[in-house]
Formats: sequence, C-alpha cells, structure tokens
Amino acid sequence: MDGLGILRGLWTTFKHFIDTYLEDITYRGKRYYTPEGIQRRSSSKGRGIFTVQYPEEKLPVPEEFRFIPILVYEEGPNGEKKQRCTSCGICAKVCPPQCIWIVRSNDPITGRPIPSPAQFYIDIDICMNCGLCAEFCPFDAIKMDHDYEIATTNRYKHNIYNIDKLSRPVSYYAKIRPKNYDHEEAIRAEKTSRKAGSSEAAG
Amino acid sequence: MTDSIGTEQTTDLAALYPKWAVIDDRTGYQGYLVQPSNLILFATAVRDDLGYDYLSSVTGVDYLPDGKMEVVYHVYKTIGGLPVVFKVQVPREQAVVPSLVSVYPGADFQEREAWDLLGIRFDAHPDLRRILLWEGFAGHPLRKDWHEPYYEEEGKPFKSRWPNGQVFRSEDKNSFQDNVQYPKGFSPEDWIPEAETALYGGIHKVQKANESSLKTDQMIVNFGPQHPSTHGVFRMAALLEGETIVDLKPVMGYLHRNHEKIGERNTYIQNIPFTDRLDYISSMSNNFGYVLAVEKLMGIKPPERADYLRVMMAELTRINSHIMTTGFLLNDLGAFFTPALYALEERELILDIFEAVAGSRMMCNYYRFGGVARDITDDVFKKVDELVNDRLPRKIDEFDAFLTGSEIVKTRCEGIGVLSAEQAVAYSTGGPILRASGIPYDVRRAEPYSIYDRFDFDVIMGSHGDVYDRYLIRIEEMRQSVRILKQVVKDFPQGPIFNGKPQYQVRVPAGEAYGRVEGPKGELGYYIVSNGKPNPWRYHVRAPSFINLTSLAKMCIGGKIADVVVILGSIDIVLGEVDR
Repeated sequence: MDGLGILRGLWTTFKHFIDTYLEDITYRGKRYYTPEGIQRRSSSKGRGIFTVQYPEEKLPVPEEFRFIPILVYEEGPNGEKKQRCTSCGICAKVCPPQCIWIVRSNDPITGRPIPSPAQFYIDIDICMNCGLCAEFCPFDAIKMDHDYEIATTNRYKHNIYNIDKLSRPVSYYAKIRPKNYDHEEAIRAEKTSRKAGSSEAAG
Repeated sequence: MTDSIGTEQTTDLAALYPKWAVIDDRTGYQGYLVQPSNLILFATAVRDDLGYDYLSSVTGVDYLPDGKMEVVYHVYKTIGGLPVVFKVQVPREQAVVPSLVSVYPGADFQEREAWDLLGIRFDAHPDLRRILLWEGFAGHPLRKDWHEPYYEEEGKPFKSRWPNGQVFRSEDKNSFQDNVQYPKGFSPEDWIPEAETALYGGIHKVQKANESSLKTDQMIVNFGPQHPSTHGVFRMAALLEGETIVDLKPVMGYLHRNHEKIGERNTYIQNIPFTDRLDYISSMSNNFGYVLAVEKLMGIKPPERADYLRVMMAELTRINSHIMTTGFLLNDLGAFFTPALYALEERELILDIFEAVAGSRMMCNYYRFGGVARDITDDVFKKVDELVNDRLPRKIDEFDAFLTGSEIVKTRCEGIGVLSAEQAVAYSTGGPILRASGIPYDVRRAEPYSIYDRFDFDVIMGSHGDVYDRYLIRIEEMRQSVRILKQVVKDFPQGPIFNGKPQYQVRVPAGEAYGRVEGPKGELGYYIVSNGKPNPWRYHVRAPSFINLTSLAKMCIGGKIADVVVILGSIDIVLGEVDR
C-alpha cells in the first residue's frame, strides 16, 4: 500500500521521541549534568537523545586521548625542576610537520653539550596532534596532554610554546595517564634493579 | 570463489608481445616497459586479448637523475587476480605520451592530474586542462626541480630544528605578498579567466534537431563551489536544456594542498598521520593502504593480533563511513538531518572506540609498519563486543526499516544516475558504485590483503546501477562488516602487536610497490617508489572519490538538474581526498 513505508519511517522517529522521555522518567533528574547521565547517553545501551550540552557538560576523555605535547619534569624535594628531556632530538626528527625546535645546552666551563635542553619550542599552530613524539621518546619526557581548551585571541602572541609553558610535573602526567604511568614506572624499576643486580655481581 | 584467484601466475607479456614490451629489470621493480608509439596497441591487446579490463591507476614519476619521466599504469581483471603493470618512459623536456582515454575512459582525470602536477602531456586527450591547480600556477609541482615558496630542504627532518633550533614562522620569512610565483607573462590583474571559457567551451553545445516549434535556449548553471550538496568546496558546471542536463563538468582543487609533494618531503613514518587527512571520515582505511604498500617494499608482516586489530578498525571505519553516507544522502534528498543524526549516533560510538584505542576520533594515526601503535584494552574490547553483537545489527535494521521502504526515497532514487556495468568498469569506478552496477569486484576478495581470506562474508552486488542500488549496497555492506567483526571478536588472538622494536626511521629498500585496500569509498591505492633514502622518491595516492567522479557526467547527462545533488551524494565524495 502506498504510504506504508513513510508511516513505518515515522514510527521510527516517534519511538526515538518517546524513548527520550522514558529514559528521563527512569533516571529521574539524573540524566543531565551528571557524570553517570553523560555515561549512559554516550554508551551503547543509550536510548533516545544522545547529545551532550557542551560546555556545561563534557564528555570524559579516554586515557589515550592526545592533544598538544607536554614536557614532563621530575620534582626534587626542594621544589626544583629536573627535566626528563635530554635534548636527544628524536621528537624533532620524527615530527611530521616539523613544529619542534630544540636548543641544546652547553656546559659553561668546558663548552661541551650536556643532556638537557636550553630551550624547547613547539609551534602549536602547526602541531597536528599525531603523538609520534611521545611514542618514540626514549626517556618518557614528552607526552601528550588532555587539555583541549586552549583557544586564544591572538595566535601570533601566544601560540609558540616555550619550555616553561610546555613543562608539567610528573604528578600531573600520573594523574592524566595513570595506566601508562604505572606501566612505565614498572619498567623503570625493573631496569634499575637489573642494573643494581649486575653491578653487584660485577663487584 | 576458487583458490586460484589472487595467486594465479600472470603470463609473460614480453614473450607474448616481443615487439611491444620488454621486462622492467630494475631491482625492486615489476612489469613491462613499453615504447610510447606502441602504447595504445599494447594496452588494447592487454584489455581485449587478456581481459585486463579495469584500469586502476595512472601516474607519473619524475626520474630527475636519469632525465626521464615515467608513466605507470596498473590494470586488473574484474574477475580478480594480480595486476599487469606497464610503464612508458619519455625524456623530461619532451614529456609527451599518447593518451589512453580511448582504451580506458577512466584514465581521463588521472591523466589530467599527471599533466597538472608533473607536466606530462597526453596526446589526443579530449580535454587536457589543469585539474587541481589554477592557470596562474607556475610550473608543475611534482617535478623534482620545482620548489615550494616555503622551501627549506629536500627532505625532513630539517636541520634547523635540532640541535640549534631557532624558532621561526615560515610565513614570517616569506611573507604573504611574496610567496606566489606566476608563469611567465602572467599578470593576475589583467588575467581574464580563460579556464572559464575553456570550461564552458568544453561543455560542447549540442545542436538539437528542431523537433518542436517551441524554441528553447541552453543555459549554464553553476553548482558550488559553496553549495550545501557538495559537502565541501566542489563545483559543477551544468549545461541545461530546460531542466534536463545536456552536459556537466566537475571543477575541483579548492582544497588542494599537494599531499603528494608533502609526502615526498616526509620520511616514511611521518606520512602516516598525513594519510589520515585524505578521506577524513575513514582515516583507519587510509593508514591501512599506505602501511601495506610500505610493508610490501620492506618485506615485513605484522603479527597475528595486529592483523586482527587492523581488520577490526578497518571494518568499523567502513560502517562509520557507510552510515554517514546514507544519512547524508537522505539530507540531500531533503529529509533534513533526522536520518543524518541517527547516523551520527552510531558514528559517535565507533569514534569513542577509535579515541580510546588510537587517541583521536578522526585523525587516528594508528597503523605502523609491522604492527599497530597501541594494544586494545579489555574494557574497550568489551565495548566493541557490545557494539557488534548487540547494538549495530539492531540499529542497521532500524535504519533499514526507517528508510528503505519509504516511498519518497524510492521515487527519488530508483532509476536515477544509472551507470551500466560496462561503463562502470570503463570509467574505473570503485567500491559501492562499481558493485551497484553489477560487477562483484571487491579488493578484499579479488586480491585478498592482510587476513581477509580467513573471513566469511559476501560481496554485495546490485543490478540496476542507480542511486537506490548504491544505497541498498551500503546498508547491506554494513551488515557484512558486522559479520566480519563478529568473526574478529570471536577469534581475537593474544600475542604481540608489533614485531621487533618500533623505529622512528625505517629502512626501505629501493624499488616500487602498489598497495591497495578496499576503502569505504572504493579502491584506495598507494604507489610508492623508494630509492633507499629516508624519504620516498614518489608517493602517489589513487584516491577513490577522485576517480569515481570521472563517471559523474555520464550519470547526470539526460537526468534532471534536481537529481544531480542526489547522484553526487550517492557517489560519496570527501573533498579532502578528491583535492588532496
């Protein structure tokens, strides 16, 4: 019969409409502006409306989410910063749009290069958030951030980040990527224990 | 399907046609070298006598040290199997090759692209104009002696970045006013766009026999570049007789960034994130094709688990792309945004998986040479399981019930934009367009790559070649993808995801390779020439949406102007890939 196909289609949209209100009743008041509500709407069990009201509501980002690199530094007991970066330059070499500039520092007395960056720039206008720098860094020094709200009004003034703007403490990194952090620390601990073991055996 | 397809030996064409072809004996190369004067004879013989009816890719390579330009052709049989590769070499200064449009009409846009980017002239091409660049562009950018305005070095990594990186913006060194070169004698102020004249001249006026006493005028209507139906910046100039299309020419290149030149400056691994930006709806498939081509050159294979992850991601991408296309096709039909929103709902769930595994929703950058970047965690795997075993089959059925039977969809789509099977093959269309016309050609079956030979799935085929069949094929292919995904989830193995230690600079032996995958839009191929250096010597993308557009005019002529929007929607173009 003519028109039956259209009616079936309309029934589908009507079900979606009803579903939204059924879910509202089931989750009385908890469906919007609550973490579990957002979780429910964006899961495969979700029914009805699925949109999220940004910026009042924000989707949680998964651990692997990547946005603009950060430089991780260790905090000393007196609050001094010790950069993990040794300025080996692998990140600058692997960077696809070539947006990383590194200046190596030299020992003031001998003039020989020392493994620490004097300056570290990333032009975040050019950065394509691919994460290759973090993937290939052998010292776990450069990592990808989770903070995606970095809009500014003047890109010429603000969008070349220097070492101060890029640096974050290890605690921040451990907070945003707990699983990766634990995994890397386990490897590090194993390495140091093996080193200690071999030096003991040698001694 | 018999086991012999895909593994059969091709006959030695040099023995068969000793006058025309000699074996290409450079190390790492395959195929045959043909003299330009014999090219058309040879190609006709390969097509008619041997049955290689499908021209996959035409591209040029600039061998600057040898002073030669080479045109490379890859032809396949639509019943499946390995390619025949043949090449024509001409001197760089006098780069003229006979056009193959008369043998393979699908060479049309690809030859225009080779003329535009490499300056290879194709003799007897019906309409040899620039296709991606404009007339005020100086030179042919893919020639190795051509340098871009922000030229720094021949290949990355640039020496200015480390160890004494002095930060600068390239646009400050080469300011906006001075970064343009024009051809000799070209003044942009006095320029009268001949291209427009040529474009409209190219739309050949059809002198209709004066059948009726009513006098009608032919009229040219421009669609785009800014038009909601094009889903980007794409333009069509249509010649109308009343409401009927007499001729139509697509105009593209508004989003051109010379992906291939960027690719030749990049190192091999740096190219992976750039491939994401081609067809930005299905970045995982783009990664897949590129990685396969480079792995072919390197002679390596990923471990089992990585293979499963690759197939899982590629099939999720196919569902994502097809459901979006279906939703937006309905948008073009006037069902404004309700079907598209339902499509986006499923897409969000798939993108959540990509984000959790690869780190980004659209620019995934997930595949590596010899594996994948990251392993999948158990909770994400559970999400995939829920999606393929519960949610997606249900939702695809719902989509089907919602749209397929609708009388409006049927009246607008049935019998519109018809492409016959012969035309579909001749115009080198790929993917759903080719299959809707009744050719059961799917690279996953025709030349199985990765581990697709293990899975049970059907190649969906239409019979009418109209918009409605293309729509039905996409719905059915999503079901087949779910079927593959169910098998992937069931047999998902344990083990490593990468063989050896990941390297930030890979060694690629000299040679050439053509890797292709069945992308959601069609056959996606990568042609790579390595000379053993860290950067590829030639990097070419056979972009399915670009080549599918070759048949656009054929589908539209004789139809109504209102149907052009629907036909374009059914081809499913992504401008990031068309314009590259």
